[in-house]
Amino acid sequence: QHTLEGNRDHTAVIHICLSIYLDRYFQTLYSSLTVVVLVHLSSDVDVIDCSVPQYNNRLDTPLPDVPFVRNLSSEQKKLKEKEKGSWTQLTKEEKLALYRLTHELSYAEMRQGSKEWMTVLGGVFIFLGFTGLLVWWQRVYVYGDVPHTLSQESVAQQTQRMIDMRVNPVHGFSNKWDYEKKQWK
Amino acid sequence: MISAAVMRGIGTLTRTRAAFTAPLAVRCYSHAKVETDEEFDSRWVTYFSKPDLDTWELRKGMNTLIGYDLVPEPKILDSALRACRRLNDLASAIRILEAVKDKSGPHKEIYPYVIQELRPTLQELGISTPEELGIHKV
Repeated sequence: QHTLEGNRDHTAVIHICLSIYLDRYFQTLYSSLTVVVLVHLSSDVDVIDCSVPQYNNRLDTPLPDVPFVRNLSSEQKKLKEKEKGSWTQLTKEEKLALYRLTHELSYAEMRQGSKEWMTVLGGVFIFLGFTGLLVWWQRVYVYGDVPHTLSQESVAQQTQRMIDMRVNPVHGFSNKWDYEKKQWK
Repeated sequence: MISAAVMRGIGTLTRTRAAFTAPLAVRCYSHAKVETDEEFDSRWVTYFSKPDLDTWELRKGMNTLIGYDLVPEPKILDSALRACRRLNDLASAIRILEAVKDKSGPHKEIYPYVIQELRPTLQELGISTPEELGIHKV
C-alpha cells in the first residue's frame, strides 16, 4: 500500500489501499477495495499518479495507452454502446465526439505552433535594452575620466613621435607618410 | 617509357576489372537474411488479422508500425482498420488515418493514394476520414 501525506497541510488526504488491511483481518467477509485519491495539497494542485499508464499526445504514438476521457457521462456511455453497432449509422458529430473522447488533440492541433516565440524574443529585447540603459548610466556616472593621452593634442604629439621613430617603415605606419612632402601619402 | 607505364596501367585496370567480379562474401556485410517488402507487408497484415487481437496488441502494433521509417501499405492499414472494427474503436481508426498522413511528411501524394486504395473499406466499415470530420486542420 502507499501512504502519501502532505508535509505541511493538515487537510492532506491519504491514499489507502484497503484490500491489504481487509484481507489480512477480515478474510472472507469483505471484498477488496482499492481507493485511489488525489493528494490534496494547500496549493490545490492535482498530483498525477505516475505508476499507471497516462494519456499523451504524441505524433509518433498515434494510439495512446488510455483514452483521454475515462469517466464517461451517461450520454457518452450511450454513444459508446452505439459504437458497437455499424459505424455507418453514426452521424458526423457522433464520430467526432467519439474521436474527442479518446483523443485530446488531433494531429493538426499537435502540429500547430504558437506565437510564444514573439513573446520570448520581445522579452529578450526588452531586457537587453534595459541592460543597455544601465551600461550607459554606468559609463556616464561610474567611470572616471579618460586618460589625458587620448586628447587630440596628445595624440598629435604621439603621431609625430611615431613618424620620427620610423615605426613600421616598410609596409605599415611610416610607409604611409611622405617624408619629402611632410604629409600623408 | 611512357608507353610502358601506360601498358602497365592498362594491365592493372584489366586485373582490377576481374577483381570486381569476385563474390560478395569478400565484403563485410552481415549474413542475416534481409526481409523483402512483401514479407514485411504480409507479416503485418497477419498481425492485425488475428481474430482475437486485443486493444493492447492493436495499440502496440500500430505504434510500432508508425515508428518504422516507412508509410504502411494500404493492405496493412486495411487489416488494422478491420481490427479496430472488431474492437469497436472508431476513434483509433480515424487516428490511424491521421498518423498515415503525418507519416508521409512532405510527400503529399501518398495520403490521397492510400485513401483512394482504402475507400472501399472506409465505405464498408463507415469510417470517416479526418478531412470529412474537419479535424485535418485546426
